Amino acid sequence: MDRSSLSRSRRFAPAVALAAAAALTLAGCSSSSGGKKSEESADGASAGKATTPRMTIALVTHQSPGDTFWDIVRKGAQAAAAKDNVKLVYSADPSAANQANLVQNAIDQKVDGIAITLAKPDALKDVVAKAKKAGIPVVGLNSGVSEWQKLGLMEFFGQDETVAGEALGKRLNEEGAKSAVCVIQEQGNIGLTQRCDGVKKTFTGKLQTLNVNGTDMPSVKSTITAKLSQDKSIDYVVALGAPFALTATQSVTDAGSKAKVATFDLNKDLTGAISKGTIQFAVDQQPYLQGYLAIDSLWLYKNNGNYMGGGEQPVLTGPAFVDKSNVETVAQYAAKGTR
Amino acid sequence: MGMTQHAEPAVTTPPAPGPSKVKDGRTSERPLALRLLARPDVGVFLGAVAVWVFFLIAAPPVREGSAMANILYQSSTIGIMALPVALLMIGGEFDLSAGVAVITSALTASMFAFQLTLNVWAGIFVALLVSLAIGFLNGWLVVKTGLPSFLITLGTFLILQGVNLAVTKLVTGNVATDDISNMDGFDQAKKVFANSFEVAGVQIKITIVYWLVFAALATWVLLRTKYGNWIFAVGGNKDSARAVGVPVNFTKISLFMLVGFAAWFVGMHNLFSFNTVQSGEGVGQELIYISAAVIGGCLLTGGAGSAIGPVFGAFMFGMVQQGIVYANWNPDWFKAFLGVMLLGAVMINLWVSRTATRR
Repeated sequence: MDRSSLSRSRRFAPAVALAAAAALTLAGCSSSSGGKKSEESADGASAGKATTPRMTIALVTHQSPGDTFWDIVRKGAQAAAAKDNVKLVYSADPSAANQANLVQNAIDQKVDGIAITLAKPDALKDVVAKAKKAGIPVVGLNSGVSEWQKLGLMEFFGQDETVAGEALGKRLNEEGAKSAVCVIQEQGNIGLTQRCDGVKKTFTGKLQTLNVNGTDMPSVKSTITAKLSQDKSIDYVVALGAPFALTATQSVTDAGSKAKVATFDLNKDLTGAISKGTIQFAVDQQPYLQGYLAIDSLWLYKNNGNYMGGGEQPVLTGPAFVDKSNVETVAQYAAKGTR
Repeated sequence: MGMTQHAEPAVTTPPAPGPSKVKDGRTSERPLALRLLARPDVGVFLGAVAVWVFFLIAAPPVREGSAMANILYQSSTIGIMALPVALLMIGGEFDLSAGVAVITSALTASMFAFQLTLNVWAGIFVALLVSLAIGFLNGWLVVKTGLPSFLITLGTFLILQGVNLAVTKLVTGNVATDDISNMDGFDQAKKVFANSFEVAGVQIKITIVYWLVFAALATWVLLRTKYGNWIFAVGGNKDSARAVGVPVNFTKISLFMLVGFAAWFVGMHNLFSFNTVQSGEGVGQELIYISAAVIGGCLLTGGAGSAIGPVFGAFMFGMVQQGIVYANWNPDWFKAFLGVMLLGAVMINLWVSRTATRR
């Protein structure tokens, strides 16, 4: 039997081929446009460094892996931590029970402050109480604008998803839209549902919702195409995330529809689409600001006893509209992945 | 009984007869129609037709050519992956990493070309090597350890999911890749992997053509080549296959690499249709590919199945998923509808083959 020698030669073949390929490609097929070379070297915002004693802050979110939005929140938190001489401990889990465990983990580490998102407030109630008992200040960000005070959090930074949806609905009225479809990329996500509900509240036209499979872009594309050809009266597609808005523009073309596209949240490709006019506008809740303020507020509290929002009102970071009129300013920061 | 074979027109038959043409005296007594129905791919064919007719009635827009093109496009991106997944399943193995492997390939091609500012074809080529290597690793681990492929590929599924995210973040500083649409070779690659052309005023996506060509190729390999026999043999009984001289390890490893190849192909389609790739995509897709293969008549235990069955299985997925939207049903029920329709189709499939095999 020569099975072993067969599998051995097969094992080395890819490695040899890879090396050959690397040599070959590096030798002579550079791209003359685009690519890393054309990308400007960009530094994040920096404002010197505080001389206050080193402190540790935990940021515990309900991020699911690989989400562009949460990446920006984290970058904001890191920028504040670098400035404030803070050691940032970041952890995340979309499951509420696991998120509660991560908060407990932070308490056990005896951190100096905790910032959390309240996607499922009830699951975090007990662990927040434990943190307070241990004398650790807790602030909230992003989700839980109606719950943070009930749980006894010190401050809150974020946008009310319903309020953001309402703002988008009003904007649709101004744009003269008659029939819109709200595209939900994750069935059952409360924040996404609240956005669509918000739009429904203020939009005077007809609003439908559409569920798509967010982990498979070709599927997202065909489903939006299907919806646009099923209902030809739709004149606005409202996406709830930047990558899905970009895909929606392709569906509009495929379906031969005249619908325009608007979205929640930003990324750098999306700012390009806004300046080209393929996407009309985006509602930005400024995730960088949420991460930044959450960390900075805990530093201020520890070093100067300050409360942002006076401990009574949430600090709103959105909704801010990005459209053709202001996209150029925002685009330079989006290119760095911080807007 | 007294019925004759030529009573049934042969045009309804899918291309190939079963692996064995030897009559054992019992089946020759049964009419052709029943013998055809006993084949799993005929059952799924009828299931697919039933679903199609159902939506033709329930959803008027489905009657238009452009809607059919859209449904077939959705089916094709599932179907191209369902084919090698089905062959692998016939060969007695299982690949849970197939969904995220598609994204791994797309991320590799995009980042390699972008970071080194190379022609995108360099990235495409490297991604192919990476995808084949992942397939090889899966297969090699399975044959070397003898552990169930469920466990091995569950491991690689988790590894790839983590690597997709961590490496993308490390390399690009973000969790999605950079836009490569203005780089050299992009337009050319888009023509190969993500083109569309017009037939009678309807835009047809090129993946549909690839899907059908790959399906024909897989059918031919499975039924007309020695390699096809090996696949059935290693899936049926590994030890007896080895005893009669079938290269079991080679067959299994190559099947995993075939899944790698398809993952590369679909990954390239994703990259060149959408210009950027998010690192968190692809999770859950493996179950859709496996479902399409199982609905298409591939047994989870290996040794039986076809390449044409998964074509109808994938079609059924595309048809149901888009049909629900064309029918304008309440979107909250979307997943439930999908599940009910698929269960229904599988039941028809099962009922047809049971009725047909009962004497």
